[in-house]
Amino acid sequence: MSVFNQSRQNVIRLTFAVMFVVIIARLFSLQVISSKYKIMADDQGKFRKVVYPDRGIVYDRHNNVLLQNTTIYDLMLAPNKLKGVDTLAMCRILDIDTAQFNKRVVELIIKNGRTRPSVFEPLLSDSKMAMLNEVMYKFAPAFYLQERSVRSYPYDAAANVLGYTAEVDTNFLKKHKDEGYVSGDYAGMTGIERSYEKVLMGVRGIEYWKRDNKNRLTEKLENGKFDTAAIAGQNMHTSIDIELQELGEKLMQNKLGSIVALDPRTGGILAMVSAPTYKPKFLSGSERRKHFSELFLNPALPLLNRTVGATYSPGSTFKTLQALIGLHEGVINTHFKVACSGAFYGCGTGKPKCLDKGVFDLRGAITVSDNTYFATVMQKVINNPKYPTIDSSLSNWDRYMYAFGLGHRLGVDVPAEKKGFIPTADYFNSPKRYGEGRWNYCNFVSVSIGQGEVNVTPLQVANEMAYIANKGWYKTPHVVDSIEGGDKFNMLAAFKEQHNAIDIPDSVFEAVHDGMEGVVERGTGLGAKVEGISICGKTGTVENYIGLVKQPNHAFFCGFAPRDNPKIAIMCVVENSGKFGGTYAAPIVGLMIEKYLKDSITGTARLAQVEQLSNLNLIPARIYAAIKTQDSLRHLKDSAYMVAKGYLKGIKDTMELEQDDESDLLDKIKKDADSTTKKELPKKDSNNNLPGMNTDAVLPNEKRKTEPKDTVKN
Amino acid sequence: MYQKSPEIGKGVDWLLIWLYATLVAIGLLCIFSVEYRNGDGVLQSFLGFKKNYSKQLFYFGACIILASFILLTDSKLFTATANLSYLIGIALILATFVVGKEIKGSKSWIPLGFMNLQPVELCKIFTALALAKFLSMTETNFTRPAAQLVAAAISFTPAALSILQGETGLALVYFSFLIPMYREGLPPGYLIVGAAMAVLLVASLLLSTKTLLIAFSALGVLALFINKKQIRRNNGLLLMIIGCWAFCILFVGVIVPFTFKHVFKKYQADRIFSMVGVDNPFAGKNTGELVNTADEKAKQKKNDQQNYNVKQSKIAIGSGGLAGKGFLKGTQTQGDFVPEQHTDFIFTSVGENFGFWGSTLLMLIYLGLILRIVTIAERQRSTFSRVYAYSVASIFFFHVAVNISVTIGLAPVIGITLPLLSYGGSSLLTFTILLFILVRLDADRQMVLR
Repeated sequence: MSVFNQSRQNVIRLTFAVMFVVIIARLFSLQVISSKYKIMADDQGKFRKVVYPDRGIVYDRHNNVLLQNTTIYDLMLAPNKLKGVDTLAMCRILDIDTAQFNKRVVELIIKNGRTRPSVFEPLLSDSKMAMLNEVMYKFAPAFYLQERSVRSYPYDAAANVLGYTAEVDTNFLKKHKDEGYVSGDYAGMTGIERSYEKVLMGVRGIEYWKRDNKNRLTEKLENGKFDTAAIAGQNMHTSIDIELQELGEKLMQNKLGSIVALDPRTGGILAMVSAPTYKPKFLSGSERRKHFSELFLNPALPLLNRTVGATYSPGSTFKTLQALIGLHEGVINTHFKVACSGAFYGCGTGKPKCLDKGVFDLRGAITVSDNTYFATVMQKVINNPKYPTIDSSLSNWDRYMYAFGLGHRLGVDVPAEKKGFIPTADYFNSPKRYGEGRWNYCNFVSVSIGQGEVNVTPLQVANEMAYIANKGWYKTPHVVDSIEGGDKFNMLAAFKEQHNAIDIPDSVFEAVHDGMEGVVERGTGLGAKVEGISICGKTGTVENYIGLVKQPNHAFFCGFAPRDNPKIAIMCVVENSGKFGGTYAAPIVGLMIEKYLKDSITGTARLAQVEQLSNLNLIPARIYAAIKTQDSLRHLKDSAYMVAKGYLKGIKDTMELEQDDESDLLDKIKKDADSTTKKELPKKDSNNNLPGMNTDAVLPNEKRKTEPKDTVKN
Repeated sequence: MYQKSPEIGKGVDWLLIWLYATLVAIGLLCIFSVEYRNGDGVLQSFLGFKKNYSKQLFYFGACIILASFILLTDSKLFTATANLSYLIGIALILATFVVGKEIKGSKSWIPLGFMNLQPVELCKIFTALALAKFLSMTETNFTRPAAQLVAAAISFTPAALSILQGETGLALVYFSFLIPMYREGLPPGYLIVGAAMAVLLVASLLLSTKTLLIAFSALGVLALFINKKQIRRNNGLLLMIIGCWAFCILFVGVIVPFTFKHVFKKYQADRIFSMVGVDNPFAGKNTGELVNTADEKAKQKKNDQQNYNVKQSKIAIGSGGLAGKGFLKGTQTQGDFVPEQHTDFIFTSVGENFGFWGSTLLMLIYLGLILRIVTIAERQRSTFSRVYAYSVASIFFFHVAVNISVTIGLAPVIGITLPLLSYGGSSLLTFTILLFILVRLDADRQMVLR
């Protein structure tokens, strides 16, 4: 009977076949044509895990390790396994209450979900770690420990030079957009950790992992076929002498100020002490949370590297440079004598005064630091008839200053270097200052003795000593001498270059050396004297003001040793110590030189002097007052309170580097004197405080009382 | 009996058995690839009866034994017991209302201790046999509507019961019995009208009334334009086109909204809509009924889950590309992204691991199996065997076509298995029995069975 419907079998076959063709066509479009599903699959099924290499190790000049890596642990939690865990015991170990515990768990679940392990307590301290280690099995598998590499500092010294690493903030990410940083990464924030970040960070590795539907990493994709290995950061050798650095920090205890010691032949920095400082481990690993805001808020600014980030009037240390200019310009010779009857009357004001009355030649004037002599020398330089206008003669003087390494950044490899200030004709010509043609030498006579409109950093002073020691050249001061595995980023080439912009004959330097040797042998710097070493030095006693209120003098001492074939150029400043440069700064320099050249300080008297100087407290009273005010504000230990109350405009972790270009100043100094172009730059610089830090309370912008437009607020 | 045993292989269609074995083997590999993780001991796991692939292996063993028994029986047994087995099947389905166990939202399972049995699944065999029996009876004249009605009743009773249990996916499978009926003389008009109504219904659920009204009117104008010459000669055609148009408008604009608003209860309407994968547009307009928010939320959740399943399934299959990622290298199936990937969504592992070529090959194997069954059907002398064979082919076709369409997003989520590949004893057992009864019948194709 079914014969009638025989043909229907083909209809059925066709129907079946058509349906399968439709399915295969759809599969073709899904699998071959469309690429969207492959991308989606990679997004959810694969995970690109970044493997962080160890940061490079930093050595000092004797191959002592200054900075290395150590392992610390994060406490991890997988919230879905929390059931049955003795949370109370965990609370007790971590020293939190159950409410905090629950809050943290909820936060983690919101952030990363239930099944994915997240960091419950980062960077466990040693004591918590010790407690946890024994009982960790009780908390498994909900809690476990995860290793992390952090920086460790074998010496409790050189914090400001080495710097610290910290988690990058949004600002940092914005600036380093294409360098592969992601939030949560650590990067060098200050010191050479920052300037050599590229060298130290190494090359990150990438591992590809499979990920499951709960976002857990299950296994490596194809057994790691596509992975790239991480390459550790390069190790660096520095010129720091860690023992000298430690001695320097010891001597500068309980003081504000700096010591910078250089090897004049190489420009390598031997010691770079900024006081007060902090223990570098305070800003690493688990300690950081405890100490950062305290250090940040401290009115004495321990986080500021004063050696490059603070500027002072150089005081009498400036006179050596005036002598060089005077001799080389030919306005005086070594036998040129000036009589001092108590003051400089060249401008009719009786200023500046001089302390030692008498008649001095160049050497003698340096030795006793005679103000009148150098006021006269500079007057001769500025009013030299060889130059048609005062603009051109001042510009000529600026040229010398620039050659000596002043008025511009030296280019040291420690970040946040300031450029200081050297007055230019344009600066005085500015209508806001005196106006064109309305000024003469007498308006800035105090510059001749290193007061008034001149600012330098301690590093610049030390470098200027290296320049004098080398008789006319210097190499850019630097901390890092060499990089293991080669200088791939060409960061060290600039330090090999010798700077001698103006060729001054050795005989000129000999005269200045004579005078400087006299300073230590019989002059104002007797305190620096070291048995058996010929030291050339110069004291400085710098008057300074906060607003119009005179503060105790800064004590300066700079010098180099030994006189022949010098091995160390050094400067020391003790802020607001009162008295004279020779009183506090000179003995500190003497001890540093002895330590470096003789390898150790010998003799009970000398050792006693070390102890006595390190115990001496010269921190000015205003710092204590500021601390007291701050403490009374800080009801809660919480810095958030201060932010909320408006005492603090939010904590900024990184110190901003000054990015503005200094090339225009360079141009300016090279330019001929009768250039009429006006530049705003020097003016702006003179009022420039440390950006990013509220420093005015501590570091006074040194101003003369005579200046009419003094608006520095404190 | 001693004479029979050496004849077990006589007349057996070995091609069919090889295709069957190939598919089961592929199924085992797929379940293995989904479940296996680096480091698992392969042999222990396979024999441990802990993992799904191991269980499936044991089910397969049981199926081989059962298949051997079927091949050893006399084919007359199936004609003789067809009606009885059908009644037993119906009784089993009814029993689930009493002793049924709820699995995945449908109370259609009978727990047997070592496995869960789904009578609706098993009843496919009995229905196929009963339908074959009925159509092969000499007194049946299938051209008469009475006989057609009886055949429909035999086919759709289990489906209706199944829907009452909340198992709609399997109920739809029973529509595949329309194909053997068509082969035996069911007027194609029924199928065309039925298919058109189904399309109309689905379209009215999926698309907005306004869109449909415009589309129908456009189609009507188009039909008038194409047939304008014939219309001049024959006014009946004009009336028919206008009649069709009017019916469509009426259906979409009045009947469907009225039915969903006033005839169905809200949960029923929701279920129908969720079957086609859209929200109930008439929800909330049912003023008489309180909206059960908890129920609503559960429904919503289920709907989201289904969308997620299909999305993940498409990602897994789509990411396979032309040649696939390689066996055990699929990131999606290994990462447990696709839920139900060892049962209803087992095809994802083929798609991801073996890509377009592998998927196409699998589809061709299935097509080969189905067309082979059709060929076997056509060589039967007995109507019983032919109807039964067509039923088997149709059931396989329906399962494969719908299951694959779901995984690649061509059809709304309907929970039915991929024959012989999906994990599950019930499903494997059913298809094995279906197939081996056919092999047995085919071996005796010279006999005329009544």
